[in-house]
Amino acid sequence: MTNELHIVVCAGIAPDPLQTLEPVTGATGPGLKNEMMLPAILDPWAASALFEAANLASRFPGSKVWLVSLGPKAKLQQVMMTVAQKAIFELVPIDAPIGGFADAHATAGALADAIAALPGLDREKLLIFGGWESATRGAGVTLQLVGERLGITDQFQGVDQIDLHDDGSFEVLERVEGGKHQVSRCIGAPAVLGWATGNLAEPRNNPQTGMANMRTIMPALQKAKLATLTANGLHYSSVSLPKQQRTTRVVKDRSPDEIAAEIVAWIGAN
Amino acid sequence: MVESILVLTHADENGMLSQASLEGVTAGKDLSVGLGAPLVIGVVAVNGSLATSLGFGNARVLCVADEALAQSRYASDAAACEALCRAAHASIVIVAAGSRFTRVAAGVAFRLGGLIDTHITSINVSASGEGRSIEVTRSFYRQRIEAVLSRDARPWFLLIDAGTHAAFTGDGPVGEVEDVPVELPSLRTQVLGLRAPQQNALTIRPEAKLLLVAGAGWTKKQADGQTHAAEAGDLILGFLRNTGASLGSSKSLVDQGGDGGPVLPFLTHMNQIGQTGSMPRHAKGLSTCCHGEEPHVVGWRFIADRRAISLDPNCGWARGKADVVYVADAFKVMAKVNEKLAAANEANSAVAAPDRDFQRSQEVDAAVLV
Repeated sequence: MTNELHIVVCAGIAPDPLQTLEPVTGATGPGLKNEMMLPAILDPWAASALFEAANLASRFPGSKVWLVSLGPKAKLQQVMMTVAQKAIFELVPIDAPIGGFADAHATAGALADAIAALPGLDREKLLIFGGWESATRGAGVTLQLVGERLGITDQFQGVDQIDLHDDGSFEVLERVEGGKHQVSRCIGAPAVLGWATGNLAEPRNNPQTGMANMRTIMPALQKAKLATLTANGLHYSSVSLPKQQRTTRVVKDRSPDEIAAEIVAWIGAN
Repeated sequence: MVESILVLTHADENGMLSQASLEGVTAGKDLSVGLGAPLVIGVVAVNGSLATSLGFGNARVLCVADEALAQSRYASDAAACEALCRAAHASIVIVAAGSRFTRVAAGVAFRLGGLIDTHITSINVSASGEGRSIEVTRSFYRQRIEAVLSRDARPWFLLIDAGTHAAFTGDGPVGEVEDVPVELPSLRTQVLGLRAPQQNALTIRPEAKLLLVAGAGWTKKQADGQTHAAEAGDLILGFLRNTGASLGSSKSLVDQGGDGGPVLPFLTHMNQIGQTGSMPRHAKGLSTCCHGEEPHVVGWRFIADRRAISLDPNCGWARGKADVVYVADAFKVMAKVNEKLAAANEANSAVAAPDRDFQRSQEVDAAVLV
């Protein structure tokens, strides 16, 4: 039996984690200061999902990976210059505002519509991948909503591993409390998998892969559909940096023994 | 707007309400008092009478009970929660974040035509016009920005973060429980059990008071020009054995295995905290050999009492992130710490017994536990 898969990876873009973020409130609501100027990356957990999807697809001939990504075209293009070198996929861009303050329900609607319209997509082979949370909004609900909109009720979140069997069934490891995994077996596609870190290292950049991808990515970006994200009654009263400044005591010129004694006393203190 | 509140809860493996569920009940009771709104407790369980053995005061109690609900699975849990929501007709649905209900809450909100906000850390009620309005606080960009928000649409599902409310302990005698029928869909997924990875079994302990974070510095070249990963591993495991602490790690240290660098073999991505890892809640945290960049600090957002050992006096930790920074060699300090802890444990085993669970975990193979 063939295990041909159609894997759709939903992945947004996020500011590079090394950047300092400062909230501002504009005419359309909250955002980040100089948001369009901040260097962006593919959302980290969604990137894990993409690498796992590419790995899975490479093991099952005839499989295909789509990357459905929502964001401003210019930022998507910047991010794709790197991501395209790491895995083979077909980009499905959705031109929409940047940022984590948009409503997840509106985002999920745009993603689900884009997935439903993919030509040649076979629902019986469909696995929807993504990060279990984004590094922007971090709501952890978008994939579930996409799944519900597409009528998929086998959903897994915090996934670290998928093992596909010859009969099309698969075993999934989901993160649960206490550093453990829940092991589940699903009889087959379609399913939604929200990935945590997975087990794969980030693939090295491969310029040949990048060139092959870019042949389809650039035209896709030019034809990207514009999406309007509705607020769904969401109002922000305030957006601010958490108050976290502490008065730090810096201890220098003390012997390891003295420091150890202080740490042991601190550990034992109530 | 006249509000009514439903708290969705579920039984744990012992049949009683889970810890997260009890925290959700507290949040629901607080909100009910604040709004003067009726409260409904919805319970998902195999055995309804066992799960509803607590008194919930004036709250109406609904229960969906079915053998299939012994398993934490999207299709059955979503159907059960949907049935409870339709029976309760609540405008506000509170769900406490645990892996089980975090998986389904958004889907249930969608089925009810509602909207959901997650990672709620506080719920506030304020006077607004003729009535009272609800505002919730949550974070964006992995705890780096905090926002207060509200919604007009109902039903509004609020998924509250674990540890933000005290666990409910009961209120008066056990009341009447209304059974709610549920029609489960055909179930394509079977839960086989839980699995603890061999190497990091019991290095992740959510209940521990202390979090030890190991940074990439443990595997860097030391003063003698050599790396000492094996010694670093012994020191870290010795500390965990002596204290029962939970172990976190920076992404860079976990990633080193994939990059062919020296590794601490007991670390996995499950240990990772921060921007792409977890944000654990412990009373105290000790960071060792970590840099102090903001992404790493993200993982410490909910650690109340923070100390760090770093060779770099200009480390980010020295700029208002930690309470105390020890500028010292972590290898030397941790060796001394372990000596003192071991001596203290030996002298008074009743006060600080060596962690036998941890020792046992090092001896067992990867196992399906349930």
